[in-house]
Amino acid sequence: MTGRYHAPFAEQGSHEIDADIANRLLRIALEQGGDYADLFFEYSVSGSYGYDEQILKSARRAVSMGLGVRVMKGDATGYAYCEELSFDAMKRAAETAAQIAAGGKPHSPVGVSPRKLPSRYPVRVESIDVEGAAKKAILERADRAARAADPRVIRVDASLAEGVREILVANSLGHMARDRQPMMRFGVRVIAQDGNNRQSGSSGGGGRMGLEYFGDKAPEWHAEQAVKQALIMLDAREAPAGEMDVVLGPGDSGILLHEAVGHGLEADFNRKKTSNYSGRIGEEVASALCTVVDDASLPGSRGSINVDDEGLLPMRSVLIEDGVLRGYMQDRHSADYFKTNPDGHGRRESFRSHPMPRMTNTMLLAGQDDPEDIIRSVSRGVYAKKFGGGQVDISNGDFVFSLTEGYLIEDGKLTAPLKGVNLIGNGPDAMRKVQMLGHDFEVSDGIWTCGKDGQSVPVGVGCPTIKIAAMTVGGTQVGGG
Amino acid sequence: MSAADRELAELVELGESVVERAMAAGADVAEASVHSGSHLSVKVRMHEPELVEEAGSRALGLRVMVGKRVASTYTSDLSEAGQRLLIEDALELAKLSEADEFAGPPDPSALSKPAEWADLDTFDDAVSAIAADEALKRALDGERAAFDYDPRITNSEGASFTRARGVSALVTSGGFSGGDVGTYASVVVTPVADDEGGKKRRGYHWSASRHYAELEASQAVGEEAARRTLAQLGAKKLPTQELPVIFDKDAARSILGLLAGCILGGSIWRKSSYLVDRVGSTVASDLVTIIDDPLLVRGPGSRAFDGEGLISRRNIVVQDGKLQTYLLDTYSARKLGLQSTGSASRSPSGGISPSTSNFTLQAGTISRDDLIADTQHGLYVTGMMGFGFNAVTGDFSRGASGFLIKNGELGHPVSEVTISLNLDDLLQRIDAVADDIDHRTSIASPTFRVTSMTLAGT
Repeated sequence: MTGRYHAPFAEQGSHEIDADIANRLLRIALEQGGDYADLFFEYSVSGSYGYDEQILKSARRAVSMGLGVRVMKGDATGYAYCEELSFDAMKRAAETAAQIAAGGKPHSPVGVSPRKLPSRYPVRVESIDVEGAAKKAILERADRAARAADPRVIRVDASLAEGVREILVANSLGHMARDRQPMMRFGVRVIAQDGNNRQSGSSGGGGRMGLEYFGDKAPEWHAEQAVKQALIMLDAREAPAGEMDVVLGPGDSGILLHEAVGHGLEADFNRKKTSNYSGRIGEEVASALCTVVDDASLPGSRGSINVDDEGLLPMRSVLIEDGVLRGYMQDRHSADYFKTNPDGHGRRESFRSHPMPRMTNTMLLAGQDDPEDIIRSVSRGVYAKKFGGGQVDISNGDFVFSLTEGYLIEDGKLTAPLKGVNLIGNGPDAMRKVQMLGHDFEVSDGIWTCGKDGQSVPVGVGCPTIKIAAMTVGGTQVGGG
Repeated sequence: MSAADRELAELVELGESVVERAMAAGADVAEASVHSGSHLSVKVRMHEPELVEEAGSRALGLRVMVGKRVASTYTSDLSEAGQRLLIEDALELAKLSEADEFAGPPDPSALSKPAEWADLDTFDDAVSAIAADEALKRALDGERAAFDYDPRITNSEGASFTRARGVSALVTSGGFSGGDVGTYASVVVTPVADDEGGKKRRGYHWSASRHYAELEASQAVGEEAARRTLAQLGAKKLPTQELPVIFDKDAARSILGLLAGCILGGSIWRKSSYLVDRVGSTVASDLVTIIDDPLLVRGPGSRAFDGEGLISRRNIVVQDGKLQTYLLDTYSARKLGLQSTGSASRSPSGGISPSTSNFTLQAGTISRDDLIADTQHGLYVTGMMGFGFNAVTGDFSRGASGFLIKNGELGHPVSEVTISLNLDDLLQRIDAVADDIDHRTSIASPTFRVTSMTLAGT
């Protein structure tokens, strides 16, 4: 083992957890009559560096470690955690979680054995183990490039966040898995000022990779993108309001899939019949052009995982095929309910939280249209390039997402940049109105974090250029624009 | 000495020892924050328990300065090895960061003393005493009340009850040593009803308070949640138009939260707010007065001293529409050539930045019902979605749901529309503020009306 940060529960760690200890704890967890239990050990180290006003102004590191014990009896979950790995503390957590099944008969003994996992994180050296000066140099380069790009740039903030999350999952199905999940995220944000007009621009990326990321995308490249965006926005005009055609650029627009379709296809909502996709497998829920998958296996992507947080193996799940709903994203509990294979979507924010069905990398696959032709087909509409984020109400499918860079389309050409654009729609409705799909599929560079029930997990999104007919654009200009 | 006070004394002692060790290891300034918390959280769904979660946790944050170089570290591993790594990492990171001439703790003479701290009554032993059975009962009662209210409530995303207790200590090498204890209990009910076209409607209602006795009865919470859910049945879009908009107090609070982010010192010196250089100018209609009051008894955002140890004070941020002050910590005050307003907040991981405490738009005199009756045609907004706000420019555009107002009465429900207007204009166009404020949340507003906004729909 190299490097400074290793989980105490790892093999040969100071509190090594082996199959024997896991079996003993699982037996305690199931002593009250639970029908399923899992142990989730987590050791997570994160660091962040903030470069601001031409100095490395902030440097932070955080270590968080503990064990979460979950016991299930039917649909009911008992959950407890501890932050010390003494056997007594772990035993107390197991006993507390076991209470959910109080009064039942002990479960038969459990015997876990290690699982072999794929390797989806192509990291040469984890960022957390690289000396700080190298990261400072990357931030300096971004800062210098942004300042040099244009005299109207009045502020530059560059940041780098890194982390390693080491987990050990053992469950009463007999699986035991260890995974070490690296993460790196870089971002630069600038503010440009022209007279009294001030605008911001940003660019960033990363994923489950190390600093070799910057070999493909230099910090200078991100700096220039951020400056370009801020300068474009200085000339932006008020956006139109009302229904019109919308063209979504490749990559980042996958956030629309995530909101409009993804959340509604998480199996817990469908098990509870609270999603507007409940009971609709086999039905047409999107235009026949649309095939949507959730794929945890993309090498290095922010949403990729070798194993989920229940110890199950994630694969590529086809959610919608040629417009027809094929399946939901399952965790172990929902897969039991739907009598299908769990497909490794059980994820959790940390050992302090229980797993739920979550997305990994959600993607709308490529179509056959030329992206130029797609724009040319619109006489008046909006082209969406960069997004700030989105939200969905899964019960009715209404979603909204906001643009940080968008353009007016007039007579088949991108004309003026627009400010303050919001798109609102309804998931199944918008997906049925997909009229053209480009052949230019892209995965968005890794910046997205998804929130559900107070838990945040990193995700990826991807899509080609998409044309949606008649979406509501929430600008300020009624009529003209 | 109560159990909470004993626990606080232990945390202070741990903080003192970490500060001492960090100073001995070469720090010129060391500040430790130590937190200990416990919670019980239960969730029920369709009349059955769905989740019972119970746990306690502790964490230690350290912020050091070597000369004018700053670094901070955090750990949940309070073992000797964990503490050693925390201190070593902090000092190593401080060598990497660069001198920031504005960094540094407040002048020691400005630090508050225990005798000055107000008793804000934020702790209630009865909250920590709630057992799992009682918590489950409160949640089950809430959900049952929603189902019993109307047969059109056909499903549920569940009801939950949470109790939490926190004790935290702050110790600084500048000579501050103090702590804080607090409790919180809350109940939330989220019923679901079927609507036309396969859509479902979900509404929710909640109650939360620091004292158990002040928590609303589950029955009342469940019934109100059912009313809110049913009210959305048959929601439709509206044609694109300009119209007056009334924000109910939940939606209004969300607008006020956007403003809060724009008056914090950090966004001002970073030029990341549309309110840079606006102190003394008109930023809202003259009906608008906004006060940040950390000294509210039993308030959700109350604190006797701030994250740097300065005494808390009530700050009038906007008076009769004029911006009076930004909210500042020591760093942002130095950057702007001003004095701290005692608004520093320290994150568990060690960062310090200004924050609001109990940030309230002061109530007006008209009742909510009279305000609706006074509106011929408009939109009554009860919920907003999305993140469509740019703090640098004030541009605002979000998804909205609520009701059409027709001839002074609430009409059909509305969804899937957006409302847009720059926040600067929005606040200046407020022409009525209602009297229906409550202090359930740390950012709180009464219902108010904006004379005209753009609604985008069909």
